[in-house]
Amino acid sequence: MFQIRIHGRGGQGVVTAAEMLSVAAFREGRYAQAFPSFGSERTGAPVVAYCRIDEREIRLREPVLRPDALIIQDPTLLHQVDVFGGLAPDGYILINTTRSFDALGLGDFVKGFRAERRCTVPASDLALKHIGRPVPNAALLGGFAALSGRISLDSVQAAIREKFSGKLAGGNCAAAAEAYEHVKKESHAEAD
Amino acid sequence: MLKQIEGSRAVAEAVALCRPEVICAYPISPQTHIVEALGEMVKAGALADCEFINVESEFAAMSVAIGASAAGARAYTATASQGLLFMAEAVFNASGLGLPIVMTVANRAIGAPINIWNDHTDAMSQRDCGWIQLFAETNQEALDLHFQAFRLGEELSLPVMVCMDGFILTHAYERVDVPTQEQVDAYLPRYEPRQVLDPAEPVSIGAMVGPEAFMEVRYLAHAKQMQALELIPAYAEEFRRVFGRDTGGLMHRYKMEDADTVVVALGSVLGTVKDTVDEMRDAGAKIGVVGITCFRPWPLAAVQAALAGAKRVVVLEKSLAVGIGGIVSTNVRTALAARAVPVYTVIAGLGGRAITRDALRGVFGAALADRLEPLSFLDLDRALVDRALAREREARRSGPLAESILRDLGVVAARAG
Repeated sequence: MFQIRIHGRGGQGVVTAAEMLSVAAFREGRYAQAFPSFGSERTGAPVVAYCRIDEREIRLREPVLRPDALIIQDPTLLHQVDVFGGLAPDGYILINTTRSFDALGLGDFVKGFRAERRCTVPASDLALKHIGRPVPNAALLGGFAALSGRISLDSVQAAIREKFSGKLAGGNCAAAAEAYEHVKKESHAEAD
Repeated sequence: MLKQIEGSRAVAEAVALCRPEVICAYPISPQTHIVEALGEMVKAGALADCEFINVESEFAAMSVAIGASAAGARAYTATASQGLLFMAEAVFNASGLGLPIVMTVANRAIGAPINIWNDHTDAMSQRDCGWIQLFAETNQEALDLHFQAFRLGEELSLPVMVCMDGFILTHAYERVDVPTQEQVDAYLPRYEPRQVLDPAEPVSIGAMVGPEAFMEVRYLAHAKQMQALELIPAYAEEFRRVFGRDTGGLMHRYKMEDADTVVVALGSVLGTVKDTVDEMRDAGAKIGVVGITCFRPWPLAAVQAALAGAKRVVVLEKSLAVGIGGIVSTNVRTALAARAVPVYTVIAGLGGRAITRDALRGVFGAALADRLEPLSFLDLDRALVDRALAREREARRSGPLAESILRDLGVVAARAG
């Protein structure tokens, strides 16, 4: 079983991101479960959502306590919430930011994790460019597809089109594709 | 058709496939998405001959459902928590009058303190109201139980409550197999009411009954529920033949062949329980699970049979009967009345507190060693409780309890999970 935990703030589409990721996995023939953390529903409040992906039926209903991957939609959470809690040393980290891990003050911390499994991506900027609003969830899923290789960009885009329609679907798909390319390039640079 | 959709959406699609004629609803979390989706379907004309009635309260929702059902319509509503309590008087009337309404209860805690998250207190508060109560383990089962609920309720002329865990199931995206209209039509016949308000053949429904016959009417309500104990397994078997899925029925047994320790639970927590039991089985523990699907009527004989080989029973329940402890365990004890088997009550998950494998492993391990208290509370923060008790000893005006506890925790607003 592969477990993803998504951190963000109310209004950033955190729950929708987990749902779309589960739809993408389902489209690839796998079992998936997405659910929100059950906290206060307020714009700006810290929000967590979870997604599990497996080859067999998923029965577990506890929150994701030991994630295999983290998607952090809002870097201002880094100093407010224990976003890295339970992450294994071989886990994946994807952060929505225009800055590097070093510039975020995480340079030393992330040395404990595999270089090719962590990346930053300016997902809010990509969302602004493609959909006119800084909602980074779809772009981050594109980035996650590139970083983890656990899901294809095609499936992510199909899930986006299931959730959104018209220009919003097209814009989010374009943002996801650009984030995908960005992460591919960054992680290649990291691997070199 | 296999779909990856939200539990609420899946239930809405199931209800739509049952061809309801009147849907009345008043929104309350975590049920709202179900009736919202149904409202959209009615508005879009996707449900033939179905009227969606927005009402001003839950009391009105059940009252309208009663009126619709008495007029011969297949009637549906959904609620949760305080909404269920607010409609309680009408809930008793629906069953007392023998009207086969189906209602989804998206299980949620009851205040005070106010809490919108999941436990079973709402459904348990209505356990003796005369409705059949079925509990879903997964979203697939939640979906399937609605087909079975209309079939069962209409055959017996009794209302049926389909309980599904709020948020944990209603808000979870997972794989569900949504059947075709043809399959559902083949399983669920047209509603043929036993009683109907028809201007062409006037009758009255709801007569006042005095001491001369009240007992007999109530006895018949009980007798009808007892009939459900035979119909439920039969309908589940027929469902399995038509749809190929083993959902519904009175209960589900898991790894019970040689189990001397048995965990009894209801609802979505069974998944986490089974995963924990698998781990403990790998370590050599003879532990099994009985998941109760039908809580009312209470399947006494089936529980008795399932627990015949048990040396100890752990009842994990998401509701607290203040002043006694467990509700489900009180029922389980009726099935073990003739045997000296310890029944451990574990209260868990109140108000949305996460139930983890780690915590379950601890409590099941303690049960295996017979080190468990008769009544315990999973993951209870004892220090927090002791602080509150100390505050009450120290000062007469100790202040509002919930606010003080939140201050001790350093949170300004409720947080769960």
